[in-house]
Amino acid sequence: MRVWYFSEMAYHPAWEEGLKRGSLRVVLPNANYDPEVGHQLLNRYLDEFRLCDEVGLDIMVNEHHSTSTCLTISVPMALAVIARETKRARLLSLGTPIANRPDPVRVAEEMAWLDVLSGGRLEMGLVKGAPYEIAPANSNPANLMRRYWEAHDLILRAMSTTDGPFSWEGEFFHYRNVNIWPRPYQQPTPPVWMTGLSPETGRMAAERGHVVATLLSLSAAGPMFAAYRKRAQELGWTAGPDRFAYAGVVGVGTTREEGLRRANLAADYVRTSVVVAEPFTNPPGYNSLAANIAMLKSGGKRGGFVRDRNGNPVDQRTATIEQLIESGTCLAGTPDDVYSQIKALHDSVGGFGNLLMFGQGGFLDHADTVVNITLFAEEVLPRLRELSPSRVATQVAAAQ
Amino acid sequence: MTQTIQLGGASLELVERGQGRPLLFLHAGEGLAPGRPWLDLLSRHYRVVAPSHPGYDASPLIDSGAGGIDDLAYLYLDLARELDLEDAVLVGADLGGWIAAEMMVRSTTRFSCLVLVAPLGIKLRGRDERDIADIHAMTHAEYLQAAWADPAKGEVDYTALPDSELTAVVRGREAFALYGWKPYMHNPRLKRWLHRIDRPTLLLWGAQDGIVTPDYGEGWRQEIPGARLDVIPAAGHFPHWEQPEAFIQRLSRFVDGRNA
Repeated sequence: MRVWYFSEMAYHPAWEEGLKRGSLRVVLPNANYDPEVGHQLLNRYLDEFRLCDEVGLDIMVNEHHSTSTCLTISVPMALAVIARETKRARLLSLGTPIANRPDPVRVAEEMAWLDVLSGGRLEMGLVKGAPYEIAPANSNPANLMRRYWEAHDLILRAMSTTDGPFSWEGEFFHYRNVNIWPRPYQQPTPPVWMTGLSPETGRMAAERGHVVATLLSLSAAGPMFAAYRKRAQELGWTAGPDRFAYAGVVGVGTTREEGLRRANLAADYVRTSVVVAEPFTNPPGYNSLAANIAMLKSGGKRGGFVRDRNGNPVDQRTATIEQLIESGTCLAGTPDDVYSQIKALHDSVGGFGNLLMFGQGGFLDHADTVVNITLFAEEVLPRLRELSPSRVATQVAAAQ
Repeated sequence: MTQTIQLGGASLELVERGQGRPLLFLHAGEGLAPGRPWLDLLSRHYRVVAPSHPGYDASPLIDSGAGGIDDLAYLYLDLARELDLEDAVLVGADLGGWIAAEMMVRSTTRFSCLVLVAPLGIKLRGRDERDIADIHAMTHAEYLQAAWADPAKGEVDYTALPDSELTAVVRGREAFALYGWKPYMHNPRLKRWLHRIDRPTLLLWGAQDGIVTPDYGEGWRQEIPGARLDVIPAAGHFPHWEQPEAFIQRLSRFVDGRNA
């Protein structure tokens, strides 16, 4: 198993004010951000990523916009720094919200450049993005997925074409001469990842042989992974564990109390990520017709991504660490505890070869984060490698 | 009577009611809602033809959603020809008003007058000034406050609606976003051509419209030669819905020169 350490590089000093105003995103004015504090935090977080490389963890970076929950506004910028500061870690971009980007060829160029810079260590997530990313990007939510797939196809074509230029006249994107320099280090492209919560996403990822990752939700992971495996079989290949990724908030300690304390602090990521002014939570067309009908029928109540083992929504804002462990969202305690929780999750969804480790979340300070990373790498990671030993990429037979 | 007609590869659901001079009614972004009173009141005087825009009710999107406002304009010009509308009245509210204006700058042949009810569709003020309130950045309560003189009248209990109606509501919201997300609810080039509307035009506005204010209506009036602006008291963004009697009276007086 690969373990990808991840942090949103939170600006938690603004959370109290954001919670008071009912939104940590979009409408919280950046007067609540102190550039000097931000400077310290960004550099601290980048140090923590560098530490991961030293202890044998891989690294994941994501991006959000107009928010106090995440200071990373550009995956390529963050990974460019991290690529230079690391030697071994694979670098996962999870990812670029390609339906919100006006210029997919620029995305292809940046990803190729990162792959070259890092000597082929890049893994490339092409993601739909969260609903509250629609407003900062002002991208049309009603045709988001059509734009996503056109951008996806164009990016992969641009990265894998060696006899360009080629032309592209689609519904959304127009170019007369696509011929990117540099082209990627890994041929024909770095491994591609998608994220999702639904069996439909699992099927679509399987049709392309992409890695599929699910967020913090055991109840969603099982059906999505199962749909992926089934579709791969239909297409004549077997999806190995390396095609699947599960994300969890991790808190590990030499005692159970210490691990729970760390997880509880890191879990503020889960508690804060849903605090968004109501109008930005469900832009028209972002969610399915069925999901929207269900919301209207329930008087506007929405479920978050945290669900208990019976699939019932857990209120993320107030969830206790115990509820979050029960839901598969947090993995917490001693190294033994954390290993057995991961193993149980792994076994219950038919296996996964990637764990996305949310190892920092706001108020977990640098000293605690350092221990969280090193203790996990020393005590848990070796056992996970035994649990899911294959680190060889599945031979994907899907039509790309 | 609800029917579906095929037009140049598109399928359109429409309601047809009443006798007399043809009146093509283009509904607001909120949907046609044929059960609401204004269609019946209009059908006492006119042969009302009221299509559900592509994406609303049972009308599929044009080309799976690739179609925009200009496509709707051509579609309804095709509809007017298909139904052989002559000397017809064109009425459009909100989104429907935008579509009606897009039609009339292309061709006024089938229509002898135009009634725009709080239309969206043009940009008047500076690049950092909003002409049209951002309904996607409002809570439901804020929206009702902006769109209604009496917000309680706009309240809908969605929990009491059957799935078929909820489906229409959700599809309609999606279609409205599709047509008016960016640029937001307007065509930057439309104002330039409004002078082509060579038919008597009435702009009807709710005095308490907080989505597009009567000042925005005044901007429209200045762009369409000879247009009149009539402001209806105690009405918000949907005067035909909030004050249907006053709406019909003003419309009839303008169209036929008589009282309803």
